[in-house]
Amino acid sequence: MLENSIGPVPLQAYLIVAAFLFCTGVWGLINSRNAVRVLMSIELMLNAVNINLMSFSSYIDGSIIRGQVFSIFVITVAAAEAAVGLAILLSLYRNRVTIDMESFNLLKW
Amino acid sequence: MNIAYSTELICFLILSAVIVSGSLAVVLLENIVYSAFLLGGVFMAVAGLYLLLNASFVAAAQILVYVGAVNVLILFAIMLVNKKEKLKPIKGLKTRKLISGGVCGGLLILLLRVSITTKWNLPGPTSIGEEATERIGEHLFTDYLLPFELASILLLMAMIGAIVLARRDISISTGDINDFKNKKSLINKKIPLLSENSLK
Repeated sequence: MLENSIGPVPLQAYLIVAAFLFCTGVWGLINSRNAVRVLMSIELMLNAVNINLMSFSSYIDGSIIRGQVFSIFVITVAAAEAAVGLAILLSLYRNRVTIDMESFNLLKW
Repeated sequence: MNIAYSTELICFLILSAVIVSGSLAVVLLENIVYSAFLLGGVFMAVAGLYLLLNASFVAAAQILVYVGAVNVLILFAIMLVNKKEKLKPIKGLKTRKLISGGVCGGLLILLLRVSITTKWNLPGPTSIGEEATERIGEHLFTDYLLPFELASILLLMAMIGAIVLARRDISISTGDINDFKNKKSLINKKIPLLSENSLK
């Protein structure tokens, strides 16, 4: 528990920050009407996951640091996702001349 | 409590305050340009947390990839699609925000409860220091070799896909571009961002 940890910052503090970041990202993902802000919220959520991976890697995994390798893969996938997402956004803007998320309802039944 | 402990604690508190307030501002601010710049600040603060966790290589990768690439890409996208448009008011937007806020708050409470009440079997943080980069390299080329190669293929596919998706339909003839004598010719042509048939 807390007294076992060597540093002054317990593992729980990192987890709390990551949980807050993740929930902010989820709220923004649901409620944003600007399509660029939706992509920003996804980036926030991915960063929260990365904080979790890094803190567990440092506190539990010892010197094997598998969590750091995983977070590097997450960073890679996030970069690819941002590029493709913004390209989709640009072509949507060319076709619809708006970036309001409420107007992209072509697939709604 | 010696000075190293208190310094680390103060750094953690400042970084987490920046992360929490910055992420709220990214989601809540009206102006999207401010949101984009604050997002860069949040990414920098997350990189600071990685430094506190003895992971200098991932902190550098975070700054290079997120602040240097993703954030700049988002800023360019904002510049390309920045049109002041009046959003149509929707019925029940307030209730939707309240309900989703309740759901997200519940999720937050659940996550906090799990992370606080679980008895983590902690050996404690290991200060691996400069060795971390070597370990990551060993992992990438031994037991995580296949995901590493797949990541390179993924990046290639994302690059080609982004080019294909964002390509303009109008083609500019190379004669116009190589026309050095009258350099103004490309500017005078006024090639629009939106193609002609998409506006109809």
